Parts: sequence; C-alpha cells; structure tokens
Amino acid sequence: MIEKLKRHQFLFEELVKRDFMKKYKRTVLGMAWSVLSPLMMLLVMRLVFTQFFGRGMDHYTTYLFCGNLIFSCFNESTSQGMTSLMGNASIFTKVNVPKYLFLLSKNVQTLINFGLTLCVFFVFCLLDHITFTWKFILLLYPVLCLVLFNIGVGMILSALFVFFRDVQYLWTIFTQLLMYMSAIFYTVDRYSPLMQKMFYLNPVYAFISYFRKIVIYGTIPTPWHHGLMLLYVALALGIGCLIYKKYNTRFLYYV
Amino acid sequence: MSILEVNNVSIRYMTGDFKDIGIKEYITRRLRGKYEVKKFWADKNVTFSLEKGDMLGIIGTNGAGKSTLLKAISGIMEPTEGYVKREGTIAALLELASGFDGDLTVRENTYLRGAMLGYTRKFMNEMYDQIIEFADLKEFEDRPFKQLSSGMKSRLAFSIACLVQPDILILDEVLSVGDGAFRRKSEAKMKEIIYSGATSILVSHSLEQVREMCTKILWLHKGHQIEFGDDVQGICDRYQEMLDGKRKITIPAN
Repeated sequence: MIEKLKRHQFLFEELVKRDFMKKYKRTVLGMAWSVLSPLMMLLVMRLVFTQFFGRGMDHYTTYLFCGNLIFSCFNESTSQGMTSLMGNASIFTKVNVPKYLFLLSKNVQTLINFGLTLCVFFVFCLLDHITFTWKFILLLYPVLCLVLFNIGVGMILSALFVFFRDVQYLWTIFTQLLMYMSAIFYTVDRYSPLMQKMFYLNPVYAFISYFRKIVIYGTIPTPWHHGLMLLYVALALGIGCLIYKKYNTRFLYYV
Repeated sequence: MSILEVNNVSIRYMTGDFKDIGIKEYITRRLRGKYEVKKFWADKNVTFSLEKGDMLGIIGTNGAGKSTLLKAISGIMEPTEGYVKREGTIAALLELASGFDGDLTVRENTYLRGAMLGYTRKFMNEMYDQIIEFADLKEFEDRPFKQLSSGMKSRLAFSIACLVQPDILILDEVLSVGDGAFRRKSEAKMKEIIYSGATSILVSHSLEQVREMCTKILWLHKGHQIEFGDDVQGICDRYQEMLDGKRKITIPAN
C-alpha cells in the first residue's frame, strides 16, 4: 500500500491540485469560503441559542464551536467524498489507477479546510478566555481519528453511490438528523445517565465530546472513550476497504 | 520471452437495467427473486502473445470486442477467465479526449495525464516542452482545455503518450485524429517508436494504415478470435473480403 502510494505520488499531487483549482476557480474569497461557512453557522447558533441552552454555562461559544468544527468537517468530507469516485468515472474507466486516490485527494482538501478552521477555533478560544494546557496536544488523537473515520465512511459512501444514486439524498437527510443528535448546541446534562451514554453510539458525538473535555473542562477522556473512537475508526475503515477490495474491478460496469 | 501474453482471455459484461434502478426497486426485486443481470461475452477465448518490437493491429467490425480487450490488456478490467501477463510499463490511449478536464488549462491537463500514465514529475518537467511542441499547442498552453478543438485535444493526448517511450503502447483509434499534417507526423512518430523496440497495439478501422504499419494482426469478430498471425496482407485481404460480403465467417463453437 505504501509502495503503491509512493508510485502514484505524482498522480496524487496532481489530483489534489486539480480538485483545488476546480473548487475555488473564479471565487473571490477562495479558500476563505470554507472557513466562513462554519463561522456563519456559529454566529447564528450563538445568537439564537445562547438564551435557551447557554444560560448559566461558561464558554458556550467554545462549546458551540467544538461541535460545529467537528461536524462540518465530517459533513463536508463525507458528502464530497461520496461523489469522488463517480465524478472521476471518465478517468478510471480509461486509465488503470488506484480508485481510492480520488477519495483521498478530496479528503486532503477537506483536511486543509479543517486545519484553517481549527486555527480560527484557537483564536476564539483565546477570546473566550480558555486556558491552554499541555493537554491540547492530545487533540491530535481525535483529529487523526476523525480523518480516518471520514475516509472510511467516504469509501463506503462513494462505492454505494456508484451503485445507488439514492444514497446522495439519503445521506443529506441522515446528516441533518445526525446533527441534531450530536449535541452541537445543547448539553446532554439533563438526560438520564443511560441516555447520556447512548449519545456515544453516535461516532461524531464521541469526537466532539473528546474535544470539549480537553478544551473546556481540561480533563483527559477515559481510556474507554479512546477505545470507542478507535473502534469506530476501525469499523468504518474496515468496511470501506473491504467494499473497495471486493468491487474494485466491478465499479466500471455501473458507470 | 514474450512481452505481452494474453492467454485464453474471456470477458463478460454485465448488462441490463440493473444500473438504472434505485434502492427500493433493487430490494423488491431481490425479495421476489427477480433480480437478474444479463451476461454478455464481449470477448471469448482470445489468445495471442507479442514479442518486443511487434506492432499488432487489431481489426474487426464494430462490437467485435476490440476496446474491451484493450481494457483487459491495460489492466483497467479484469478478465473473467484467462489471464494477461505483461512485462514493463504500459501506456494506454483509450478514447483519447476523455479523461481530460475541461476546466483545467492545457498545461495542467498535460501534467495530469502524464501522472495518469505513470510518469514522474521530474520526467514530465523534462518532456513538457517537447510534448507541447509536438502537439503544436504552444500558444494554447494556458488556455482552458475546453476551448481547444477536438483535433487539438487528440493531438495533445497522442503527444503525451508517444513522447515517453513506454514498453507497451496501446492506441485505440488514435491515428485517425488530427489533420493531414499531424497524421503524417504521428505516423512517423509511431514508426520511430516501433523501430526503437517498443511493442505497440493499434486498433484502427483504416485497413490501409494497418497494412502499412503492423507486423501482426489479430482479427476479432463478435468477441471471437478469427485469426492471429504475422501474415498481415493475407489476413487483411480476407477481412476485406468479409467486409465486401464475399466471405462468410463461422464463429468457433464453444
């Protein structure tokens, strides 16, 4: 796999470059758009929800931002990853290239967007009087997990999308629902302990709450929390790779 | 030691309306046991091998399975039965103008195509000027690709694939592109590549071209291999007879 990646490094770079150019072509703000959209979301949520959910709560802005940051990354990466295979059908039906390159190239793009938004996030943390501790280094773990998880889900979705175009609409609805279940703008304190645990069935929530624990509460999440995230990553990547392996030579019958 | 060995290759396509149905339809058909995929053999028991320096011409009417066979040779498709063994790098030019991106400039497309064909960045940096010069697209370098005429697009594709000296070069209806001047240039280039020892495969509907350039001929008809050999003129003559309706061909029974 590594060797293969090395051999296709040039192609990969060119694909990333192409995706970038196509996405930001003829836009005035270019990449700033990608940062702007979660910020707008944040602004609206902040204005609307502070009176309802943010009462008597410190660092509500940061709380919101954590949720938005992770969720928008997940949303962008998966929904764009979904079309990556189909969108490059004219290439992989004519040239023999590893098909996961298209997905990875899209993910590089979302990762860079995520990086930019993360910088803005830290600025907001400063403004919100969050104390930075050494524990912030641990944030690398959820970021890494999120990236791998996104790739895994992207693989599953992009393969399914080749077979069934319905997936696109289903996924839009699903992510909407998921957003409301990810406790982005509300806290889960009022739910029973059992319900609070149930929230962890949602992988995105697990990532978000890891972020919050470190940034807002300054605590290190339990080993159990770490393990759960790893499990989600392994599941998504495992299923994704399996599907790609199995259908690698059959995608081209369907496009 | 043959550079390319195609052994008893059969390729089955899946056809039918299974591509167009949604999830609901798919599930109901599966439940009723009505889900069926029609099978269609695009190529059946094709066997041949090429030595270094050979120039193979594949002839056959439309739907003979030529392009499908090329896809199997270049590794895009897996043969359903049999195997393809290849030595060295392979550059396949299938349906030339596709795979380019209309929004990117000529320069960007050149690099992207080069990358797809498996070249390194260093190599492309060295060859870039030569490629553009050969394609005669110097003044179009920074124009979006979609503004080129279709002849120019094919010229660029041909130039990228040819100037790089792959061990095996596959050309699907490539030489019939461009204007007369470019066609002469590209034929000369092809000959240069053949004489330099590369193995090439050419699919063409121009029998003249095939007669003139090829050293071996593979004749396919509806997926079946009718003839293969180095009797270029003989096979072409018989093919021509069939085209003229003077000869009936019998498909070998399976």
